Amino acid sequence: MTPAAFAFYCFAVAALGGGLMTVVSRNPVHSVLWLILTFLSSAGLFVLLGAEFLAMLLMIVYVGAVMVLFLFVVMMLDVDFAALKGEMAKYMPLALLIGIILLMQLALAFGVWEFDVGAVERAANPVEDVYNTQGLGLVLYDRYFLLFQLAGLILLVAMIGAIVLTLRHRSDVKRQNVLAQMYRDPAKAMELKDVKPGQGL
Amino acid sequence: MIGTDLQIILPEIVLSVFAMVALLGAVYTTKDKAAGLLVWGTAGIFVIVGLWIGTTGDETREAFAGSFVDDGFARFAKVLILFSAAAILLMSQEYLARRDLLRFEYPVLVTLAVVGMMVMVSAGDLIALYMGLELQSLALYVVASLRRDSVKSTEAGLKYFVLGALSSGLLLYGASLTYGYAGSTLFSDIVASSVDGVSLGLLFGLVFLCAGFAFKVSAAPFHMWTPDVYEGAPTPITAFFATAPKVAAMALFGRVMFDAFGVVVADWQQIVAFLSVVSMFLGSIAAIGQRNIKRLMAYSSITHMGFALMGLAAGTVLGVQAMLIYMAIYVVMNLGTFAFILSMEKDGMPVTDIDALQMYSAREPLKALAMLILLFSLAGVPPLVGFFGKLYVLRAAYDGGLAWLAVAGVVASVIGAFYYLRIVYFMYFGEEREPLDRNGSPVLWGVLMVSAAIMVFGVINLFGVEPLAAAAADTLVN
Repeated sequence: MTPAAFAFYCFAVAALGGGLMTVVSRNPVHSVLWLILTFLSSAGLFVLLGAEFLAMLLMIVYVGAVMVLFLFVVMMLDVDFAALKGEMAKYMPLALLIGIILLMQLALAFGVWEFDVGAVERAANPVEDVYNTQGLGLVLYDRYFLLFQLAGLILLVAMIGAIVLTLRHRSDVKRQNVLAQMYRDPAKAMELKDVKPGQGL
Repeated sequence: MIGTDLQIILPEIVLSVFAMVALLGAVYTTKDKAAGLLVWGTAGIFVIVGLWIGTTGDETREAFAGSFVDDGFARFAKVLILFSAAAILLMSQEYLARRDLLRFEYPVLVTLAVVGMMVMVSAGDLIALYMGLELQSLALYVVASLRRDSVKSTEAGLKYFVLGALSSGLLLYGASLTYGYAGSTLFSDIVASSVDGVSLGLLFGLVFLCAGFAFKVSAAPFHMWTPDVYEGAPTPITAFFATAPKVAAMALFGRVMFDAFGVVVADWQQIVAFLSVVSMFLGSIAAIGQRNIKRLMAYSSITHMGFALMGLAAGTVLGVQAMLIYMAIYVVMNLGTFAFILSMEKDGMPVTDIDALQMYSAREPLKALAMLILLFSLAGVPPLVGFFGKLYVLRAAYDGGLAWLAVAGVVASVIGAFYYLRIVYFMYFGEEREPLDRNGSPVLWGVLMVSAAIMVFGVINLFGVEPLAAAAADTLVN
């Protein structure tokens, strides 16, 4: 077994195990930690595939930011996960049945899987002999300009949506008035008193 | 290279820039007070861009190495989407303003959804397809729960969001299997990889993709979200859901089937035919028990999607032409019907129970007559235009060798006629009830009358839609 194959099996087993434990573990905080393990193992798999930029993104964005946020949400929100799980148990037999059928179908599909003869050529790297980051830079604003900008629009919609659905203008709270703060005159706002020792005001 | 590419996507760029300028402008000035003006402005921009797209050349142009295709088929769908979205915006303005729901984000979100739909119908690549679809869906999830203090509206938004995410997952899984087999996300490469028969892996990808699309067009058995979302969303939003997004999703369905899987027609034909027959029967039968007119229209739209899919199932140029004509007619009928539903009010509150329409004709004979024409047209009663839409798809299915599907369509159409005719019966022969308000903004009245008039006078030559749809179908199937 080559070192690469060994590493692949290690990462693959860790990813699968982590995914399974995310679903079955009782404590939601543990679930999040198992999910982090899954992401880390997937990042390892990406490195083995030669997609080092994607691996780093997964670590920085998902593990570093998204999962930490998840952890905060899970710890701060008082969600009764046991009750949710109880609801889920009712549908378990049906879910298992559908899962097993899907699994059998996919085994069927992957058992006889064959790539199209031209697939390797089509999937080849569009930019040869450069690092991932440099290669992405070469195509992202050119060939993939449209997709890149559309992703931006989707994020804009997400932002507008979050504001539309949650922002409420309350009139009974004090707000910061920037101009009033800037034009505040210290001479009027405060008065200096010279307090003599031994005397009060 | 990028200059010519940008020129091809110029209409989309114009709309996106407009959305951003409108958003910033409204945020920094009068906020929701500008909303009414913004709605009219947006509708005006939609009409202008629609005319612009409709009158530009008839050649097929590709941008960004084939991931964006601007051909006759895309232009036909885009014009339909833009005009129907403009009509919906105008119809919704007064209704939303009176219920304090007219926020300036509403026209902005609708504009961005329309941009997503335009990308969808022009997609030449699996990633562009998904990006367009998500842009459209995400904006729709938000407007579905626009009435955020109502439990039903938020439930509609949440349900739509969760089930929409599930369907996106199915679609992405299909896309990844397809990519895994073909080694490319471009439709032209996928079609090249399937010339010597379809492998099992590609077939699985195709099935998952079809399931995802069926969800987006609300074809049975992926329709479960439709009645609840239609009922929960504010009525103008429901009208929007029933028109432009349906056109976009149906055009996308056709585009993927022909552009990416055009050489394996026999493999997807059976899937589409199955979706079609199940949708037609389920929509027709399940609508019988509905008393809420919005739920009823949801089941009606499921039936109509079944008919449109019948055109697609034929797998021929004639079939695609029939589908386009059917969608154009469906949109016009739905605009008129929803204009009527929007004007159904009692003491200023919206009414959705069909019992409230009893003896409507005695008080407002003209509106009742217009509604009668629209309902007959929806049911497919000759000689109205709705009948010709059905005739086209039935003929396409018959010519495409799917005679059994055509027969099933006729049977489903007869079953479905029952619930449309029941509303007509209530309006003309029901018993006297407390009357509905005699109101209705001039816009609603106008849309209702114009669409009813189109249903009558369109029988002469369908306003020239037929040759346009034929030319559009020709560019897709070749």
